Amino acid sequence: MMDLDPVLLARLQFAFTVIFHIIFPSFTIGLSAYIATLGVVWIRTGEERFHLLMRFWTKIFAVSFAMGVVSGIVLSYQFGTNWSRFSAVAGNVIGPLLGYEVLMAFFLEATFLGILLFGFNRVPPWLYVLSAAIVAIGTALSAFWILAANSWMQTPTGHEVRDGIAYPVDWLRIIFNPSFPYRMAHMLNAAYITTAFVVMAVGARYLLAGRYIAEGRTMMRMAIGLLVILAPLQLFIGDQHGLNTLEYQPIKVAAMEGHWDGSKPVALELFAWPDEKTESNLYSIAIPHASSLILTHSWDGLIPGLKSVPASDRPPVALVFFAFRIMVGIGLFMIAAALVGAFLWWRGTLFESRWYLRIMSHCWWIGFVAVISGWVVTESGRQPWIIHGVLRTADAISPVPGATVAGTLALFVVTYGIVFWFGMYYINRLISRGMDTPASTRPTDALSNRPIAGAHDAGGPIIQ
Amino acid sequence: MEWYLPLIWAGIIGIAVAMYVIMDGFDLGIGILFPAAASERERDQMMRSIAPFWDGNETWLVLGGVGLFVVFPYAYAIIMPALYLPVIVMLLALVFRGVAFEFRLVSRSKTWWSIAFCVGSTVAAFAQGVILARMIEGIPVSNGEYAGGPFDWATPFGALCGVGLVCGYGLLGATWLVMKTEGAVARRAQRQAKIFLVLVLVCMAAVSLWTPLTQPRIAERWFSLPNFYFLWPVPSITALAAYLLWRWIDEGREVPPFLAAIVLFLLGYVGLVISNFPYLVPPSLTVWDTASVAASQIFMLIGTLFLLPMILGYIIFVYWLFRGKVQEGESYH
Repeated sequence: MMDLDPVLLARLQFAFTVIFHIIFPSFTIGLSAYIATLGVVWIRTGEERFHLLMRFWTKIFAVSFAMGVVSGIVLSYQFGTNWSRFSAVAGNVIGPLLGYEVLMAFFLEATFLGILLFGFNRVPPWLYVLSAAIVAIGTALSAFWILAANSWMQTPTGHEVRDGIAYPVDWLRIIFNPSFPYRMAHMLNAAYITTAFVVMAVGARYLLAGRYIAEGRTMMRMAIGLLVILAPLQLFIGDQHGLNTLEYQPIKVAAMEGHWDGSKPVALELFAWPDEKTESNLYSIAIPHASSLILTHSWDGLIPGLKSVPASDRPPVALVFFAFRIMVGIGLFMIAAALVGAFLWWRGTLFESRWYLRIMSHCWWIGFVAVISGWVVTESGRQPWIIHGVLRTADAISPVPGATVAGTLALFVVTYGIVFWFGMYYINRLISRGMDTPASTRPTDALSNRPIAGAHDAGGPIIQ
Repeated sequence: MEWYLPLIWAGIIGIAVAMYVIMDGFDLGIGILFPAAASERERDQMMRSIAPFWDGNETWLVLGGVGLFVVFPYAYAIIMPALYLPVIVMLLALVFRGVAFEFRLVSRSKTWWSIAFCVGSTVAAFAQGVILARMIEGIPVSNGEYAGGPFDWATPFGALCGVGLVCGYGLLGATWLVMKTEGAVARRAQRQAKIFLVLVLVCMAAVSLWTPLTQPRIAERWFSLPNFYFLWPVPSITALAAYLLWRWIDEGREVPPFLAAIVLFLLGYVGLVISNFPYLVPPSLTVWDTASVAASQIFMLIGTLFLLPMILGYIIFVYWLFRGKVQEGESYH
């Protein structure tokens, strides 16, 4: 029988479920903020198109959020099912951070989501918009706590280890550990950027098809306006995050750069195949000294190389190396896309530039790939540690046979495959179906106790 | 001075689990009752009655799991590997039924997602029963780790508890529909409530006989003196609640049967706590053996004392907001 490595399988299972999950928060964190913004603008201006957009995106939000919720519940149990030794070692420290996430964020989101999805005919507009804002705040709070927990695993501070178990000493230092502010800023910004590209793609798609012209233009303008600030900002935050990583997890940075020999200045590898056997980069195309300049701000600056630690203490180099390039490549493309869009807008030809609309209409997915790549960089890059310097991944798994983990991994792949395929298909259908016509969504009796069964039947396509 | 912290926490997590069982119980119950509905239109009405609440209800499950991780990490690290397969099957079942709420509305044919909703709800309920059974039968531990096999949960008693919980959630769901719907759905739910009540009582009786017969520590707990003098009200009130539930259904009352079903559930739950306390991983580890360090419990407790009342407040607000009956054919978003 095949030899099933339980550590590898547990890692594969967690990687699969967490990558699947992160797709949805990356979108719903940004989308809930967008919906709340649309609501505020709608109330202040009274313009119908903002209201239409709000209702439209809320439907898409509902489908995405459901997938995020169900895949998130799985994660809260996987710490125990697959990583029970990690739970025992880190429970004292990590546990409360997750506990606060549930109490501060999950209940808030889940409860006010009910009002956002079903309360339209029951509550006054201000409460409806407030619920959207509360959901947006809830998603950001959730990110705060889970990123604090993750960052502590990357750069643990504020604890002490006795008999192999981590105990809390200073909660503020545990939460605001060295990498947390950077990770938080980087991820939150990534979520807003990801959503902005989805919104822009849908707007471009409508404009190309000649549907919902006013709304499509609004979407494009709002997305470009946001991106022209946030996309370049992300480059700056990412750079700062990298410098922080260099300070606390230098080997991760060495893997990102494909930098083997610490006695030499760091080249900027545009392309290479990092080969772990020969401990060198094959087929390298590089700009000498460029990464030294970026990382140390000096021409001959040195950083620790991969060879400075034994091979058993190195992360999987090629994975980190390529994931980093995909993330940065997409990031640079995003900045270009935002600047070109802003330039066309300034020239007044944005909505006539069909080539730009066509490219943008296909770019809805790029933010997701960038987010996933970034997480692969940071999670694979800290290997072989699950808690940096405290616990190795290989020592963290549950006493569960490899075959059991393999079996459930297969179940996860099938289930998530089905759910993901249908989810994408249905979201696409919602977008194709388009927005309610204005007559059908006007709040005829906003304060009524009972929903108006016929309110939607007045006209226009609705979800049935 | 720290001995009472795990007790406070056992209480809080106990309340979270009870909240979960009751609140997700009735909405899982709706899925269990799905096949009996006459049409997709009726299923719309059933689903609409729980749609604004299900996500919040399921959050109690997250609180239960995470709460265990926060306060009793050593128990969490034993129970989860011990219940690996039932837990993961439950989670996957919840995935299917959770997305069914939204997917069903967007899809052209509702049938498939109705099936997913029903099967997901039923399987999740059954898996929870299996988990419950394992917590009664006990979990073998050595060196602070789970020491059993991956299929140890597959016992006749596990199946009994699984069926019992499916019936119990069916009862909660039926009485919820009596309260929250009108017309044919509500009338059918009255009949279903009676059927499920009988099934639940049969399962409860079987569990109550089986556990003391097979688990000496549980027999000792219930039937030794003076315990018996204090504990006899539990089965007595259970019988009374069951009787009242039946009568209130007959009288056509709408809210009281749901409340009686909740009382019935709480009594079963109290019975379980009486059987197991103070063991969290029976028969070897107590709440004190498995608790996290006091500093972690206190840090979490401070926040919980502020946040939990707030949570209860806005949950009550949302239930109040969506009060009243769901009309037949009422639209969704």
